[in-house]
Amino acid sequence: MSSVDAVAVSHSRTGRLPRLNRRQRTLLVIVLSAALLLSVVAGGLLLGNEMLTTNLDQRNLSPSLEHPFGTDWLGRDMLARTLKGLTLSLVVGVLASTVSVLIALTLGMAAATFGRAVDGAVTWLVDLFLSVPHLVVLILIAFTLGGGTKGVILAVALTHWPSLTRVIRAEVLQLRTAEFVQVSRRLGRTRWWIATRHLLPHLVPQILVGLVLLFPHAILHEAAITFLGFGLSPQQPAVGVILSESMRHLSTGYWWLALFPGLALLVMVRAFDILGDNLRSLVDPRIAHE
Amino acid sequence: MRPEERVQIAAVLVFIARKSFRLGTLLVAVCVLSFWLVSHSPIDPVNAYVGADVMRVGPEQRAAIAAYWGLNDPPLQRLVNWGAAVLRGDWGTSMIFRQPVIDVISERFTASLALMGTAWVLSGVFGFALGIIAGARQGTWIDRCIKWYCLTLASTPTFWLGLLLLIVFAVWLGWAPVGLGVPAGVLSDEVTFGDRIRHLVLPAATLSILGVANVALHTRQKLVDVLASDYVLFARAKGESEFAILWKHGLRNVALPAVTLQFASLSELFGGSILAEQVFAYPGLGQATVQAGLRGDVPLLLGAVIFGAVFVFVGNLLADIIYRFVDPRIRWGGGRYEQC
Repeated sequence: MSSVDAVAVSHSRTGRLPRLNRRQRTLLVIVLSAALLLSVVAGGLLLGNEMLTTNLDQRNLSPSLEHPFGTDWLGRDMLARTLKGLTLSLVVGVLASTVSVLIALTLGMAAATFGRAVDGAVTWLVDLFLSVPHLVVLILIAFTLGGGTKGVILAVALTHWPSLTRVIRAEVLQLRTAEFVQVSRRLGRTRWWIATRHLLPHLVPQILVGLVLLFPHAILHEAAITFLGFGLSPQQPAVGVILSESMRHLSTGYWWLALFPGLALLVMVRAFDILGDNLRSLVDPRIAHE
Repeated sequence: MRPEERVQIAAVLVFIARKSFRLGTLLVAVCVLSFWLVSHSPIDPVNAYVGADVMRVGPEQRAAIAAYWGLNDPPLQRLVNWGAAVLRGDWGTSMIFRQPVIDVISERFTASLALMGTAWVLSGVFGFALGIIAGARQGTWIDRCIKWYCLTLASTPTFWLGLLLLIVFAVWLGWAPVGLGVPAGVLSDEVTFGDRIRHLVLPAATLSILGVANVALHTRQKLVDVLASDYVLFARAKGESEFAILWKHGLRNVALPAVTLQFASLSELFGGSILAEQVFAYPGLGQATVQAGLRGDVPLLLGAVIFGAVFVFVGNLLADIIYRFVDPRIRWGGGRYEQC
């Protein structure tokens, strides 16, 4: 061990950058990815709508310094549209993940605390939601609600809880066998007391990480269902709308309409993924040493 | 027949019976829930049926259509009527295709099956190979590359990748057609097998490239676990070569989870094929589902939901059965080792 340390020290002396330990690197990655996501939101919110107005003498410009993502057939700046779209995706993602996490927490806790019948019902409900392809469920719910922003948000929010419910249920089941919980029960604490004082504090990290890791799914599903035409109306700057519009201009060679918005979406989803993974390794000591 | 064999067969039958019962309850629930959902849609079924002729249809005709579809009955009555018809094999008539739903689904699913089957096999084989390479070389640059590549794929929107392939191979290089399952303007009997393949390549490539990620990451992790096990340590101590260890201990222990995972991921494959079919205008079941949803074709939408549920269930059932047949540690029936 000491020889490894010595090597690390000698490296840090010769290298220009200070050598960070694993925890510091994890923190750095968290800060960087959070900063990237925040800057997307800031960009989307600060950009005025004047960038989105039609500008017919600047139609179909390929990417340049002035318009890094090019312009579309109405002369709108694609960078501005993409940033607005990503911000919208983010809002949908926040709403959907929060609702999903709340549902998952309620169901998972209920399944693990209220006995076999409730547990069976919750497990069955999870299986029911996982038994139909996710995208088909989204289409069905969006269809029921008549599409639109409300339809998309509700569809995405109401369908992302099953896997997290399983995780929370398993976690609670494990916690309940822990000695301090058993002792607490023998001391005559109520189920509610145990649930709120013993179980919830242990679940908070899980929930936080689960929340962040739900984001990528929620955002991708929002984009997918919007792309299929169920979601946001064509006037709204959503990435799904932008990409489905770009399909009509592919054969004319306007490749930038599809490339950059999709790439930006990919980067954002990946940033959430990295953020979630690093948060988990910071919070969960069991996988911190992988 | 020896008694153990008889016990074994009985256990298999009990297992299948239990699973079928489970499918039954889930399917009934899926039917009731979906029916309840679509009956609350704000889209008027008569308008959806009439379509563009909305100005030429008078109130009497509308009433006649509503009566014909049974739209005036109370919801419960409609649910029972529909459920009974579905059980008899009559899934109703698709409004947009003007054909029985069963026919639409079977025709469209055949096209989708070619697409999904190709992608399923290709992504399985390549994903497994990538996972083995990464796991065997854990910690090296090639492992990091494969891991990074797979994690990035997992964040890639399916339809965007499809668009990129379309831009590069269809628009720039002109190697592949821009869309549709068969060439436009050609009679259906004149469509050759080659034409179908040409139209299948890009959508299948999209799904295969994305499908690799899951199975590769899973296989890698399993292989890393296996290579860290005591029996591999013992094999090394005996002086077996790395290749022999990989071949004898690695592959055997890793192949089964990979196959199971592939079967269990049919749900994602189905979702992916919906998006890929939409991008490439490939006339499969996914595209029909999207059309049904957009244009308010309730019978077809319900049919697609039920079919999707059966499809996913069959995948999971196959995964379970394969696991139990191959892996002696998992018993049939409710044994102690069951890992459901």
